[in-house]
Amino acid sequence: MLLPFFQWCESLWLGQFVVGSLWLFPVIESVHLLALALLGGAVFIVDFRLLGLGLKDREVAEVARDARPWMIAGLIALILTGIPLFLSEPIKCYYSTAFWIKMTTLPIAVVFAFTVRWRVTVADAVRNTARRQQLVGALSMALWFTVAAAGRWIGFS
Amino acid sequence: MSLLAYCEWLAATEGSIALHESMYMYPIVESTHVLALMLFVGFATILDLRLLGLILKRVPVSQVAERLLPWTIGGFVVMFITGVLLFYAIPVRTYQSIFFWAKVIFLILAAINVWLFHTRIFTRIAEWDHAVITPKAARRAGLASLVLWGAIIVAGRMIAYNWFDCDIQPQPAFVNWAAGCVVPPPTP
Repeated sequence: MLLPFFQWCESLWLGQFVVGSLWLFPVIESVHLLALALLGGAVFIVDFRLLGLGLKDREVAEVARDARPWMIAGLIALILTGIPLFLSEPIKCYYSTAFWIKMTTLPIAVVFAFTVRWRVTVADAVRNTARRQQLVGALSMALWFTVAAAGRWIGFS
Repeated sequence: MSLLAYCEWLAATEGSIALHESMYMYPIVESTHVLALMLFVGFATILDLRLLGLILKRVPVSQVAERLLPWTIGGFVVMFITGVLLFYAIPVRTYQSIFFWAKVIFLILAAINVWLFHTRIFTRIAEWDHAVITPKAARRAGLASLVLWGAIIVAGRMIAYNWFDCDIQPQPAFVNWAAGCVVPPPTP
């Protein structure tokens, strides 16, 4: 059902522009990886704190507030580089299980980060039992790890 | 035995062939390398940004460094082990990759940067632990770390591409020299 959409994506000039270049795909891919490192740092510093690890002398809210702009920056850079990477090979992606796993977990991870996880990090300590914080931190890590691993796996198919 | 001969011997070992040809083990090792990158380079980036006064401004630098250090070391160990395994799977081609050598050089520079930071700069942390704007030397070390780890990531990713492989000739003389390609003389 979605195949015509992916075929249309393949016809767009941006993807064809990437395909036509020897260097563009690897360069965009590298920036995608750099942004992944930034996102990893900004997300996991908070997830670790939720799990009671890392910056455990600080309040969760402080760590989360400081990390947030960097998480958003990493996310924007990842999406902006991810789009041309996808447009250069939409049909391959359509038939890739890893791609669909990534496209399922990515929106979940993003929505989770800006709703449940954000509320838990800024809410006052009384309402946040340690167990709930730990659960949110572990879930966030698991989600982003899945997104990243599935993303890497697209290249193996 | 030359290093190239050693890599050729390594490539013929059972383990190397098994890893190279395995359907799942190689991608699993590669993915683990990437996941460890998120953690290790991610946390190194947080410390670098703190040194530059761009994040966690109210947190003492020593606290950021000490709380994250065990995890960055752990992440680095995972990166190193999986990196060695990736080399082990494809020894000859990797040994003759200019991107691999660029990565090794950047890694050595990054190690020197860490060493200088801990022996020259971090020893006087008490003087500026709470400062948002850290001393110039600390900021320089943070920026150098960001640039070097970025370069290591890019060079590492580029190893996968074969533009400068020895079996694709002719290559510029510099590439053949840097990669240590064994190029047969042109037949007249």
